[in-house]
Amino acid sequence: MKADPVIHLTQTAALGLGGISKRFGSFSALRDIELAVHKGEFVCLLGPSGCGKTTLLRIIAGLDSADTGRITMHGKDVTHLPPAKRDYGIVFQSYALFPNLTVTQNIAYGLKGRRQDQRQRVTELLSLIDLAGIEDRYPNQLSGGQQQRVALARALATSPGLLLLDEPLSALDARVREHLRREIRSLQQRLGITTIMVTHDQEEALTMADRIVVMNHGVIEQIGTPEDIYARPQSRFVAEFVGRANWLPGVVEAGHCVRTGDVSLQLPDSAAVKTGDAVQLFIRPEAISIEARWQGGRNAVLAQLISQELLGGFCRLTLSVPAMGNLNLIADVSRPTLAQLRLDQGQRLPLTLSPAALRVFTDEAAA
Amino acid sequence: MSLSLRVWSGRQPRARTDKVAALLTWLSALVLLVFLALPLLAMLGKALRDKSDQFVGLANFAGLFTPRFVFLLGNSLSVAVISTLVVVPLAFVFAAALTRTCMPGRPVFRMLALIPLLAPSLLPGISLIYLFGNQGLLKSWFAAAGISIYGPWGIVLGEMFYTFPHALMILLTALALADARLYEAATALGAGRMRQFATVTLPSVRYGLISAAMLVFTLVMTDFGVPTIVGGRYDVLAVEIYKQVIGQQNFGRGAVYGICLLLPAVLSWVLDRHVQRKQQAMLSARAQPLQPKRQPLRDALALLVCVVIALWLLGMLGVSVAAAFIKQWPYNLSLTLAHFDFDNMDGGGWQAWRNSLRLAGGAALVGGVVAFIGAYWVEKTRAAPLGRATINMLAILPMAVPGLVLGLGYIFFFNAPGNPLNVLYGTMALLVLCTVVHYYSTAHLTALTALKQLDGEFEYVAASLQVPFWTTLRRVTLPICLPAVLDIARYYFVSGMTTLSAVIFLYTPDTVLSAVAVLNMDDAGDTAAAAAMASLIVATSVAVCLVFGGVSWWALRRTQRWRLR
Repeated sequence: MKADPVIHLTQTAALGLGGISKRFGSFSALRDIELAVHKGEFVCLLGPSGCGKTTLLRIIAGLDSADTGRITMHGKDVTHLPPAKRDYGIVFQSYALFPNLTVTQNIAYGLKGRRQDQRQRVTELLSLIDLAGIEDRYPNQLSGGQQQRVALARALATSPGLLLLDEPLSALDARVREHLRREIRSLQQRLGITTIMVTHDQEEALTMADRIVVMNHGVIEQIGTPEDIYARPQSRFVAEFVGRANWLPGVVEAGHCVRTGDVSLQLPDSAAVKTGDAVQLFIRPEAISIEARWQGGRNAVLAQLISQELLGGFCRLTLSVPAMGNLNLIADVSRPTLAQLRLDQGQRLPLTLSPAALRVFTDEAAA
Repeated sequence: MSLSLRVWSGRQPRARTDKVAALLTWLSALVLLVFLALPLLAMLGKALRDKSDQFVGLANFAGLFTPRFVFLLGNSLSVAVISTLVVVPLAFVFAAALTRTCMPGRPVFRMLALIPLLAPSLLPGISLIYLFGNQGLLKSWFAAAGISIYGPWGIVLGEMFYTFPHALMILLTALALADARLYEAATALGAGRMRQFATVTLPSVRYGLISAAMLVFTLVMTDFGVPTIVGGRYDVLAVEIYKQVIGQQNFGRGAVYGICLLLPAVLSWVLDRHVQRKQQAMLSARAQPLQPKRQPLRDALALLVCVVIALWLLGMLGVSVAAAFIKQWPYNLSLTLAHFDFDNMDGGGWQAWRNSLRLAGGAALVGGVVAFIGAYWVEKTRAAPLGRATINMLAILPMAVPGLVLGLGYIFFFNAPGNPLNVLYGTMALLVLCTVVHYYSTAHLTALTALKQLDGEFEYVAASLQVPFWTTLRRVTLPICLPAVLDIARYYFVSGMTTLSAVIFLYTPDTVLSAVAVLNMDDAGDTAAAAAMASLIVATSVAVCLVFGGVSWWALRRTQRWRLR
């Protein structure tokens, strides 16, 4: 076993995780997780199933214990405290509302003190979640979205210092889910409550979080704002898991360029590469700009249209670039742009892969 | 056995409530250790000692294969195998008629088929004697075939009545687990009815069939109620144990024979646990329930079979009830209440019935609480992993322990000089605890099933809200599980009314029970009084079931309002 990890956490961190590791038999569920969450911050743990995000949440909640590492809440070490001694509220995917208790009784479940005060607090919370008037109903008389919000109110009732959400929206249908994303986010901002949410839905993470923690195979791949994660992914995994990506293999050559097939592409100034390196270039589908006429210029190539697919507000084109050895690329264009282009199957289109939109990956690390 | 416990992994934070839970968990485990494990061990120990209590190792077993023993074992095996071969197909047809046809009156037939559960196993024996015995109404039937009811045929007929509902319940569960999609797929692929039966129905119920066969076999092997009444000179192992212990005070021989009964029971139990696990894995969560379609010919045939079986069950019960009110069967058929004048007869009098009520009530109360709480620790708490594993393991063991063996163990353990628990020996309290343990497995599994239907995250939510587990148990878990708890209590009450095999070794003149009285009155030749007492047991069981039904209905209406949409 390794030595007790030293954690450098500021006193302001609402939640600090230092060197958290967890094994289930020979399977390493979490490896050396370091994370500091600031007061009032909304952090999403994002990753595919089996990445360890739920295990991490359960360790924070005290429902499982870590093999190594320390957990602090507001500077206090809670590593060895039972769940009831940690100050948090939790909402599970199943909501776990007590089916035989009314909405009022559910929300007041953790409240102590006089009945009158409890009632008042419940009324307050119900108006907070915009559900006044359902006090005496039972959970199975509520819609999924209502149940979700009641579970949220119950978790918030005791004014905990930390709110934990375990895939809280995944049991709802798409429309309700989108609505509740905004609701939860605005509620969290109004209350200023530190929140950790586990999700496998990248859209959810991008729209709700202040910061996203992308996890894979029990390790943190990247921590950053939604903008960081989307526009500046630091690993191939992050780039692939969040949004869609095009990959162009090539070799660095003189003049800060990368040769891909017969094309030499100019790199962004920030890219630190050595001539002769084998690299992968990364570009988002919407960052590929399609011109109506060939104008030449930096990083312009000709492509052939293979197919187009309408995805509601935009259209996804599949293109083949002859000069890159018939490499396939996908490009997203808006409907107005599409109308201007007036495309035909097999038509040749000029593209620009602007240097600012390109990112260079050597092996796994982003440059 | 399924040791599917959620064990804390790693160093686990402990709260004060966890310590309380751990303490109480161990208390539950202790009840099972003292009242199940230790008596069984005492019996095993006794089998290794001779009459003067000297340790003799396996010497008692060495002389086991005497011609007498082989004769007994052969008899036991014969009636067990024949009964199994007859009862399981009958129960299968009946269960299939209830679950896979549209015949009318299915709920009524289901209820009628469970009637034998309300009677002690002595009752079918008594009825058979009234029907086919020396003065039997239909004596000529058997006489014409040249066989006597006093012997293997009587035993098999009696055991059929006694074991039918047990086999039926297992097969009903197995047949209810049908996936309509499989039948639709088979139909779409052009499979005919025979092919569907062979390729879809049989594979899906084969584990149920094995379970039912195992259960019937074990019940017949270990039952002594039927053979003691109609066995005649056809002695079986179970009766021999009773004779050795009660008649000849030969405890060592009794213990050795007891182990011989325990072996097949444990074997079939192990096999059954194995098979049940497979059964559970067979049905996926996405299965569509099968809705039987109307088929006039098949439905009519099913109705015919069910009517015949139900009439037979009712008839067997009816004969005993009728005999209880008839002056002198079959010579003087005028009605009388004289046979109910128990106080002026040998056997225990009305006191026996009152004692049975006390035993049944006590078992319902104690068993309901102990079994539910035990299952609660296993399923819903995480303190004291070793204690929970102990409960989980011991809770399903009574299913494999014949009542006679348990009763013997109680003699050896609680009557041992120097045991501080000796004060319990001969008391009603010990009879209650013995009954609770004897029927613990079914009660435990019922409670476990109910608890498993609750969201496992309730306890986590409560912990995060800093509410101790006993509050959640009182406000959420118990109210939701109330129907199951009432079910368990009712089951214990009926079992307490009818139980005979374990308590036969433990009663005293002060705590004589009604089932024991039936046996004693029959022994004394007073068959009509025995029939009267047996009928009284059935009537009491029925009345209590009705009362429980009423209370459940009332309680559910008051506490289960949340189930309504």
